Amino acid sequence: MKIHEYQAKVILRQYGVATLPGIACFNVNEAVQAAQDLGGDTWAVKAQIYAGGRGKGGGVKVAKSVDQVRELAENMLGMRLVTHQTGPEGQIVRRLFVEAGADIADEYYVGMVVDRASQRVCLMVSAEGGVDIEQVAAETPEKIHKLLIDPIAGLRDDELLDIVAKAGIPDVARSEAAKLLKSLYQAFDETDASLAEINPLVLTADNHILALDAKINFDDNALFRHPEIIALRDLDEEDPVEVEASEHDLSYIPLDGNIGCLVNGAGLAMATMDIIKLYGGNPANFLDVGGGATADKVTEAFKLMLKNPKLEAILVNIFGGIMRCDVIAEGVVQAAREVQLAVPLVVRLEGTNVKLGKQILAESGLSVIAAENMADAAQKAVDAAKGNSLS
Amino acid sequence: MSILIDRNSRVITQGITGKTGQFHTRMCREYAYGQQCFVAGVNPRKPGEDFEGIPIYGTVKEAKEATGANVSVIYVPPQFAASAIDEAVEADLDLVICITEGIPVRDMIRTRYKMEGRRTRLIGPNCPGIITPDEIKIGIMPGYIHKKGRIGVVSRSGTLTYEAVAQLMEQGLGQSTCIGIGGDPVNGLKHLDVLQLFNEDEETDAVLMVGEIGGTDEEACAHWVKEHMRKPVVGFIAGVTAPPGKRMGHAGAIISGGKGTAQEKLAVMEACGIQVTRNPAEMGKLLKSALN
Repeated sequence: MKIHEYQAKVILRQYGVATLPGIACFNVNEAVQAAQDLGGDTWAVKAQIYAGGRGKGGGVKVAKSVDQVRELAENMLGMRLVTHQTGPEGQIVRRLFVEAGADIADEYYVGMVVDRASQRVCLMVSAEGGVDIEQVAAETPEKIHKLLIDPIAGLRDDELLDIVAKAGIPDVARSEAAKLLKSLYQAFDETDASLAEINPLVLTADNHILALDAKINFDDNALFRHPEIIALRDLDEEDPVEVEASEHDLSYIPLDGNIGCLVNGAGLAMATMDIIKLYGGNPANFLDVGGGATADKVTEAFKLMLKNPKLEAILVNIFGGIMRCDVIAEGVVQAAREVQLAVPLVVRLEGTNVKLGKQILAESGLSVIAAENMADAAQKAVDAAKGNSLS
Repeated sequence: MSILIDRNSRVITQGITGKTGQFHTRMCREYAYGQQCFVAGVNPRKPGEDFEGIPIYGTVKEAKEATGANVSVIYVPPQFAASAIDEAVEADLDLVICITEGIPVRDMIRTRYKMEGRRTRLIGPNCPGIITPDEIKIGIMPGYIHKKGRIGVVSRSGTLTYEAVAQLMEQGLGQSTCIGIGGDPVNGLKHLDVLQLFNEDEETDAVLMVGEIGGTDEEACAHWVKEHMRKPVVGFIAGVTAPPGKRMGHAGAIISGGKGTAQEKLAVMEACGIQVTRNPAEMGKLLKSALN
């Protein structure tokens, strides 16, 4: 799960990470009021969307007067902010963060992720702050200093001082930087974060260290013990179809193609998308109905796929293990009746109760295109989609 | 021989009294030598009771001492599953198979840390389990699709493994052991660990390795295969069409920061001498061809 910058900063401040004073705003008047309340003569007006790359996309601007804050807020609120992470359609800005200005002497990068190879949390610090860290990682990986964190002992002071020195943070600010990193890890650990990024971490002209930006993602598996984090969820930032799918406990991701896929199991679902592409078609979605799907759940899955105006065919690919093919078949029949299926439906069933499943489909009177195996299913779905889009 | 488990394995079910634990314990017991293999259950609140004749103990340690069990399988809910693994590790079992999906990563990091230097091996979590066909199945896979043979199968997925097994069967190829290592980012045995075991197993002639997007475990395995593997290995990687930054069902199936793509994995595997197919319908055929 993701949250906004201003929300991440509230959490980080609770753990003692220094940030600039700032106020979240939902309209222009609030932004003006925020600037007045914060005082001073410089403010940053920052669009709050989940995607990164906001600065380059024009979503982070500096104002030198309250009038300018108003002007920026007017321009930003409601704008469709396009960054390298939003895709070409961009994301509508609905919230702003007005932050006090700072006199910045230098910028650094700080990140924390779960390193899968070592099975530890990895702290990364770099002198290359404020830029795209993926580019730094690709071109000059030696500029990113890494530290694998002992899950029981946590971060030690000596290793922290060492890594901030390597990143080029000047002597005078190192203990403050080390303290901030320690607080950041405490926040990461206690909130079950999966990623934390401060880019940039800044050194101010008077030699203090603070988090100028903040990004935290959380482990979805751990949300059950963090109701306070679930409460921060901003549904405007999520794809409505994915939100609806998650309400039905379905794993659904929309794609660009025209062949809807309904599959049990994540690996088989990906392989189904892959084989459609391999046979010259384009998958419209990833959809894993899971191991315990009922007829109702299958119906919901069909409804989700059919919301896609580009849909030209549906491929159901089921390998029944725990999931019985007859249950899926009943779900398909129920769904087809309920949703007025207007696109060709290819069904491949294999595994537990396959004969019964096929019988249910055959006797349903539905015009189901039956497939014998995965290759046959993919070919038939690709052909059906082509035929359908020609007609 | 097969790897890790056979008819002589003695299994404790942790979470035997839950709905899932009951259902699968029944199915596992009905499979091949299951009746003699599934010897104990654990539930701290129900010691002294039994599940359809299988005695229930309060702790894994007690169950081990009473029955001589050396393996456990875990079906407990995600919030308690990591502690269940810890308990099995502290009891010095040979092998723990954790079926549970949805364990917090933070819990698994601590559990894996505590496992360092211990003898216990872990399969999973978030996996279908392990089967040595016609001997024993420990997990949720449908037993009847398998048949004893000489092909090893290792995969991060559930149903895609069943698909792979069905394709092997179509080619007339049975399996020595099939292992689903699970779809989580922090887990027990990796592809590499399993390939090492298959390499030493006299009853395995070749290995089908099924991977997916996310992480770099398949690449690490490929490099090891190039240097050490004495048997043919063929592979498939799911997710060539997966968009970056999206979690594809499994917690660990995500391309992040441009890393963990199927294309990269396939390229490294090919460079290391592993025959790969980009067609998930041809895994069985490819393996068959590698035997000749």
